[in-house]
Amino acid sequence: MIHTAGENVVLARGLIKRFGDFEAVRGINFAVRRGECFGLLGPNGAGKTSVVRMIYGFSPVTSGRLEVFGRDIGSGARKIKARIGVVPQEDNLDPELSVMENLLVYAGYFRLRKDQALRRAAEILDFMELAERSEEVVNNLSGGLRRRLTIGRALVNRPELLILDEPTTGLDPYARHLVWQRLRKLKESGTTMILTTHYLEEASQICDRLIIIHRGEIIEEGTPRDLVDRHVGKDALELGVDPVWRDSLAEGYGDLIKARQTLGDDLVFFSDYGKDLAEKISERALRQGVSIYYRRLRPTNLEDVFLKLTGESLEGGRVNK
Amino acid sequence: MASKNEFFRELLTPPDLSWHLVLRVFHRNLVVFGKTWKANIMFNFVEPVLYLWALGFGLGIYVTRINGLAYIEFLAPALIASSSMFSTTYEMTYDSFARMAYKKTFHGMVATPVSMDDVVTGEILYGTFKGVLYGTVFFAVVAAFGLVKSPWALLVPLPLALMAMSFSILSMIWTSIAPNYDSFGYFFTLFISPMFLFAGVFFPVENLPPGVRVLPWFTPLYHAVEVIRPLVLGQVTRSVLADLAWLAVFVLVTIRFPMVMVKKRLIQ
Repeated sequence: MIHTAGENVVLARGLIKRFGDFEAVRGINFAVRRGECFGLLGPNGAGKTSVVRMIYGFSPVTSGRLEVFGRDIGSGARKIKARIGVVPQEDNLDPELSVMENLLVYAGYFRLRKDQALRRAAEILDFMELAERSEEVVNNLSGGLRRRLTIGRALVNRPELLILDEPTTGLDPYARHLVWQRLRKLKESGTTMILTTHYLEEASQICDRLIIIHRGEIIEEGTPRDLVDRHVGKDALELGVDPVWRDSLAEGYGDLIKARQTLGDDLVFFSDYGKDLAEKISERALRQGVSIYYRRLRPTNLEDVFLKLTGESLEGGRVNK
Repeated sequence: MASKNEFFRELLTPPDLSWHLVLRVFHRNLVVFGKTWKANIMFNFVEPVLYLWALGFGLGIYVTRINGLAYIEFLAPALIASSSMFSTTYEMTYDSFARMAYKKTFHGMVATPVSMDDVVTGEILYGTFKGVLYGTVFFAVVAAFGLVKSPWALLVPLPLALMAMSFSILSMIWTSIAPNYDSFGYFFTLFISPMFLFAGVFFPVENLPPGVRVLPWFTPLYHAVEVIRPLVLGQVTRSVLADLAWLAVFVLVTIRFPMVMVKKRLIQ
């Protein structure tokens, strides 16, 4: 087995992906360390899928360097792919086949012998809680079950690196939590994971470290907690006030306000001392006769970081600056 | 311009093949076939039997003799080839397109050690298998009607395989550029049906007007019929070798096209 310095499973330097004239990935640098869950966070169309498709050798690198397991992806794709598991954004199971047959057929692509494949498939069915469904035809499965099978199928070769492209998009909350639970278990067992998502909760639940991608560039990176602390602090105070008062209401608090943002009709202040700030602003509003028709103090999350950094929401819509 | 050069360079590069994995792709389609063959057999098999009845026994009564043969004797061996052609072509157009564009089966396979060249080769092998299978089943029907006159007929799977592979390749090329299912109607109307009607299945190509008489020579179906008919009737001459060679050369010259074209479509 080949290891690179510092046990980087993936190393990207100046990575560029172009489709015709459109540059989807614009010279990004990052490294994924062995055993961590690495998140690629960004709105739809940010370039996340383009990045992971290069990593699993589907899409050729336009320029820059991309090493997986210390090997250039352009020259060693087959060997690299043998050590990776891929959960694509769209299910591509064999709909006519049963759950069990899907696993066995896929195991064949990794050159597993029949007896190995049977043993591995049984383990996966247990792990993904699909054992009772093993004879069921995929066409008859619900979206959540299909997703579990897609993830299970990606484990058939005991991958050292598991790539998940939007693994829970379109799932109901229960199915989503079940998937997260399984992914945490995999992480505990030492599987390196790369996860793209536009769900903030998903990223904060599972990822050790993440990069925020916006229009093909990395705009920030760190642990989820780090990013929140650095950019928006602990609390977010949402206020509904008339636009004419917005500036005067925010003046003179110094460090108490870490950042501010307009979100639709609401004004959002980010602060490490949200309660303090809320009281002060209420006093001032009372003094100045400003009416606040909506008020909510809540903990900050990654969405706020993204909002502050880009002025856009993760669903892709631009909000007022 | 640059991309055109790139295309030709790709064509001349040897494919990235692992035969073990090509067979896994083939096997995958075979497993699915095991589930769906009952629904498909009508389409590919019963239809030529109906042709045999309608034209051989019905129309055939009014046809005196063709090249010294009863009409049904002339027709039956050629229907072996055409039924094989249709089953391969349906599989490699509508069904391949579904795997490529809708079920994303190809995407799933190339996320494993399987390469896109393995996928396309496995598909072509499967299309060939289907053509040989349906052709052979139809051959059994022809034999049951007592229309097989010679033990040479046991060699029928050989021309069938070469012809079915030719149609796998041609269909896969069309599939690789097809925008949707509707476009396959053009493929059948422009290429497959004219071959079926004019490439020597129903009447000798010598009866075509002089200007177009040469056209059937450019089709795989014509050469397959020219081999299968003598094998079934026991009238084998050296000329069948030339027809077999034509089919083999056709396969060798065209086989790289669908690989390059599917890759060009899917991998960006």
